[in-house]
Amino acid sequence: MTAHSDPADHEFPDKERPHEERSDEERRQRLAAVRPRLVSFALMHLRDRTQAEDAVQEALAAALEKNASFRGRSGYETWVFGILKHKILDLMRAQQRQGRWTPLEDEDTDDAVDRQFHRDGHWNLEARPRSWGEPEATFESERFWRVFDACMIALPEHLARVFSLRELMGLSTDEICRTVGIGESNCWVMLHRARLRLRACLERGWLEEDTP
Amino acid sequence: MMKCKQATRLMSLALDRPLTRSERLSLRFHLAICGACRRCERQFTLLHRVGERYRPGDDHDTR
Repeated sequence: MTAHSDPADHEFPDKERPHEERSDEERRQRLAAVRPRLVSFALMHLRDRTQAEDAVQEALAAALEKNASFRGRSGYETWVFGILKHKILDLMRAQQRQGRWTPLEDEDTDDAVDRQFHRDGHWNLEARPRSWGEPEATFESERFWRVFDACMIALPEHLARVFSLRELMGLSTDEICRTVGIGESNCWVMLHRARLRLRACLERGWLEEDTP
Repeated sequence: MMKCKQATRLMSLALDRPLTRSERLSLRFHLAICGACRRCERQFTLLHRVGERYRPGDDHDTR
């Protein structure tokens, strides 16, 4: 995806409006329906409920103001998400200027990651990955997402933010470097740690609850 | 020979940038003989797709 594309790119030309025109009320209802997912998305990145609610509020206000017209629901939602992404990135750049992002030191180790492996580099018996079943079925399970949200909250802040930018927002590691001012190799190390921690957390929370 | 921890580093990296030829070969060789790492790779790939939940109508790229 093109995370940096202008949301206006997705707008359809005005001449299509007569067939697609939405009433204010209808647009309000659609925005209200997508709001919970917007808040949850903002929260994953900003990790601060007030900031997340504010960002969503601003994005919704901007969406109402623009009065754009779309074919189909997903085009409209994608456009609103696009507006929110820009708000979130602005806030994150501001956080970076305030020095709230610090790069990892090379000698930093991560206990939660190291615990998954023997000193010789092989998996520890109890941490050895197990099968999660079919991806499609996994994604349809509501409980998977509850555990995922909990595991995201349990991640250390710097790992959660880099993971969110990469996997939720879909930025490249190069774009992440420029947004938050860290080196790319730092970014790769953080993503590796975030993925290992998340997989361990998901496996614990999700599979083990499953066994009768 | 490459150990599991190093293999997970490469499978994570592969989601963020193209691997070099030698990285790709050593990862493939390790995965051929290690079931736990094959499952780990499937889990990383699944995690790589979680954004679909938040990006309606998005084409989920891999790089």
